[in-house]
Amino acid sequence: MSSSRDDQTTPTHAPPVPDDQQQGAGPDQPGAAGDRAADRGAAAAPPATGGARPATTGPRPTATAAAVGGPTDGVVAPMRPITTGSLPRLAPWLVTAAVSAVALALILADVLAPGVGAVAAAIASGLVVYGWSRAVEGPRRALDRGVTFAVAGTFLVAITPLASLLYTVVSRGLPRFDTAFFTESGRNVVGAGGGAEHAIVGTLIITGAATLISVPIGIMAAIYLQEYGKGRLKAALTFFVDVMTGIPSIVAGLFAFALFSIFFGPGVRMGIMGAVALSVLMIPIVVRSTEEMLKIVPQHLREASYALGVPKWRTILKVVLPTALAGIVTGVMVAIARVMGETAPLLITTGVLSSTNTDPFDGRMHSLPVYAYNQYKFPGVDKQAFIDRAWAAALTLILIVMLLNVIARLIYRRYGTEIR
Amino acid sequence: MSTPDITADAPPKGVKRPGDRIFTGLATGSGIAILTVLAGVATFLIVKAWPAITAGSDEIKGDGGLIAYIAPLAFGTVLGSLIAIVIAVPMAMAVSLFISHYAPRRLAQPLSYVVDLLAAIPSVVYGLWGIAVLGPAAVSLHAWLADNLGFIPLFSGPPSVTGRTMLVVGVVLAVMILPIITAITREVYSQTPRKQIEGALALGATRWEMIRMTVLPFGRSGLIGGAMLGLGRALGETMAVTIILSATGTVTFDLISSDNPSTIAANIALDFPESSGLDVNVLIASGLALFAITLVVNMIARTVIVRTEKASR
Amino acid sequence: MKSQRILAMSAVCGALAFGLAACGDDDDSGTTTASGTESGQSSLSGSIAGAGASSQAAAKEAWIAGFQTANGDVTVSYDPVGSGGGREQFIAGGTAFGGTDSAFKEDELADAQKRCGGPDNLIQLPVYISPIAIIYNLDGVENLQLSPETLAKVLKQDIKKWNDPAIAADNPDAELPDTAITVVNRSDESGTTENLQEYLSAVAGDTWDFEVSGDWPVKGGEAAQGTSGVVEAVGSGSGTIGYADASQAGDLGVATIKVGDEFVAPTPEAAAAVVEASKQNDDAGKFGFTYELARDTDASGAYPIVLISYEMACTQYDSPEEAALVKAFLGYEISPEGQEAAAKAAGSAPISDALRTKFQPAIDAIGAQ
Repeated sequence: MSSSRDDQTTPTHAPPVPDDQQQGAGPDQPGAAGDRAADRGAAAAPPATGGARPATTGPRPTATAAAVGGPTDGVVAPMRPITTGSLPRLAPWLVTAAVSAVALALILADVLAPGVGAVAAAIASGLVVYGWSRAVEGPRRALDRGVTFAVAGTFLVAITPLASLLYTVVSRGLPRFDTAFFTESGRNVVGAGGGAEHAIVGTLIITGAATLISVPIGIMAAIYLQEYGKGRLKAALTFFVDVMTGIPSIVAGLFAFALFSIFFGPGVRMGIMGAVALSVLMIPIVVRSTEEMLKIVPQHLREASYALGVPKWRTILKVVLPTALAGIVTGVMVAIARVMGETAPLLITTGVLSSTNTDPFDGRMHSLPVYAYNQYKFPGVDKQAFIDRAWAAALTLILIVMLLNVIARLIYRRYGTEIR
Repeated sequence: MSTPDITADAPPKGVKRPGDRIFTGLATGSGIAILTVLAGVATFLIVKAWPAITAGSDEIKGDGGLIAYIAPLAFGTVLGSLIAIVIAVPMAMAVSLFISHYAPRRLAQPLSYVVDLLAAIPSVVYGLWGIAVLGPAAVSLHAWLADNLGFIPLFSGPPSVTGRTMLVVGVVLAVMILPIITAITREVYSQTPRKQIEGALALGATRWEMIRMTVLPFGRSGLIGGAMLGLGRALGETMAVTIILSATGTVTFDLISSDNPSTIAANIALDFPESSGLDVNVLIASGLALFAITLVVNMIARTVIVRTEKASR
Repeated sequence: MKSQRILAMSAVCGALAFGLAACGDDDDSGTTTASGTESGQSSLSGSIAGAGASSQAAAKEAWIAGFQTANGDVTVSYDPVGSGGGREQFIAGGTAFGGTDSAFKEDELADAQKRCGGPDNLIQLPVYISPIAIIYNLDGVENLQLSPETLAKVLKQDIKKWNDPAIAADNPDAELPDTAITVVNRSDESGTTENLQEYLSAVAGDTWDFEVSGDWPVKGGEAAQGTSGVVEAVGSGSGTIGYADASQAGDLGVATIKVGDEFVAPTPEAAAAVVEASKQNDDAGKFGFTYELARDTDASGAYPIVLISYEMACTQYDSPEEAALVKAFLGYEISPEGQEAAAKAAGSAPISDALRTKFQPAIDAIGAQ
């Protein structure tokens, strides 16, 4: 992300921009370097003094330390202000391991519930490290260690739901995650069997149509905002695009439903209605991400183009957009992934159909989120078959979304270097 | 960003090529189209809600008229979202700090991807997970809260035996909005000026002291803005709440009983299928109220974020 | 009508302005394209759509599968949007047929008759009859028996413990624990709720003094979305009691309900018996076979907590193809095979031969204008 990287494809050389923002754009290296330096400092400390290990004698030949009778007390008061004792490098890990072992024993002995045990172990380890560090290193370092523990612990807690969710979906989705699920539709299926081919096709068509609507509008609007916009319209558009990101998805569905029922009456259900509803949700995401990408296209590229007498619109088409393309594609992919899982708007716009329909302008169309929801909500007598299909649909949906995210990231990594 | 004015007068003056004119038109047209759609959404909501707004209070289902119908729903909407925010904001701070300042650099990038992945998981899957895994797992926690913290009105009980409570909904919403808040705070935290960070470290500050003195103050408005955006998402969340919550419509602060206020979005999803006539208008009027609430939240969020951007420039 | 449709489509396309290059190729592949007028089963083709009651979803799935298997070129869709939505779409002409848990009333009836072109042109058939089971989850109690009055008090939360004297009186042999009762009800508006309430207010009106509607009137219980949500909530709690379509009860305990002097289980046969014992409404037109269920029946072996879901259709359609499809589909629905398929897939009660003979003229009357 460094702005000083040489540009391979354009003739001009990108000079480093000495600007806080640009500095900020490449936070990883300096930040990490600083952290590493801090770590090295901490790591280098232990040999210097030996607060924790009674046997160790520091290289510092202080008469008082020996006289007062033992580093265990850590009382070397007169000489302390410059450096303090330090915990062994692995101390936090050892403490955590020890406390976890105790907690595990208690869990196995049925004294603690697993969840309570894990949380208690984390808190206890943090407290032990804090107390130990406070005794040896003083309150400031102790607080630092405590906060590190808290931050890392909270991070783990935040990751837990994702792990649990993925495990649940995979383990419950696998029983029906078979070939039939992808090759057969729900046509003429009663009870077990069948597949979600119709829903997968529907999801791809509806999301594809939403993309066809949203991407041109979104990118052009972003171009307006970044390259042309001025005055009140720009301000209004910036603000209302943000407002639009907050439209509840069900309201978008109601809107599309109302729009189409003006023309076709209340009974109408079409794939394209769902696509319109999704577009309402998708456009602001596309505008936002595209605008950010256009912002970081270096100004001198445009200037060079203008200097050669290229009209502005060709400059945008041939210079600005290609430069930002990888970033824009990433943004679009993320937007697609985001709307692909929407259920509520499709529920009231596209209807359901157990057969495959490939025409978004005529008739009902199924989609994966609605399929999963309906299988769960309206099971027949053989309930398990329906619930298995619901989880398999959820698994498929997550895999498609993950795949899109990975593709977006690969594109960004492969082609995104130009503007980094 | 640094020289935005150049674009305005970059092309040669006086020459208006047809291509330029068409392209400008398309770009401006797209912008106007977006505004039109948004105006369309607002107009549609108002038009469809109007019969309910003007109807007499005895025609609205339930008793007490439209306000009395929407108020408990708005209460539930705000309550669930507040729980989510209270849980998600500290977590988002920790996750962002972990990624931006604690984790080894090689780990930071994959970690941020994992967190982003949370944002992409469909809400119906969150709902299924909440009712199949989290709810049952939280039953004993509910009983414990009622036994030990029952003196706090929030946990007065009686505890739900199924775990389909406002508390669980709040937790699921928190998980859902965590990546949204994190995406912003992570960005802001990692943009803390190097000079400040190095200055703090040079003065002998520990890592936490450095963060407390430089990163947190710098990122405060960004955090507020992110939290507001997350709040906007939580307010409008439909399917997860619909599937999980045991919504009986009671207005209560008790988070752990099976007696919970519904939310606006969930109520629309629950009642829309069986509604006809004026009831549909009433539901859309509640949708209008939700739109208004999210609009206000977003406006506040954007104002805060814009102020941050200006301050950091 | 078609040109109007295309006109409207281009208007929408115009409004959207971008990205809709495909607007033009609306080839109408989904509408009926049956050729010829012979209505032999195998020659049917095209598609019809219906929408309505979600209670029928599983049964409709079975009917559609059976019908489409017999007629390979036909596509029938049924959208379980709910009864209200189903009636509205049917009245607006958006669907060829529809399902509803409650028959058309007053204004709606007039509108629906107008849609079909006359009072005698609207068809309403009780195609789906399903017993509603009182399900419970209570360790150690196998066969719960409830009298109507006790059931009403439990559901109203007047009775709060399982070992309440009133429950004990109904279950002399059971060992009832001192567990709190958690009532699970539907959080969404539903025909199941409405039918249960109709029963309660008919047999225990003194206790159940609420206005009957699709919304559950008692607060303070546990609410869950849909039948599956209720079953899940009852199953995952303990000391829970709720109501759901009998076919969905699964492993849960199912209470028997006191009718007359005996306790009756929610079987399809018992549900069919109560329909036999009920009186047909006479205000719904020639083919409006709607019933005022005898909730307070004491006929032996009848189970009165029953959900009846109606099929709505017209006797006249614009196109002969549509008419032929609706006619054939409805004919299959009430046929012995159709009812058997639904019973297997959805646990509904097959209609009797007597009722079938009664309904057949309505189906025979379906045709094009």
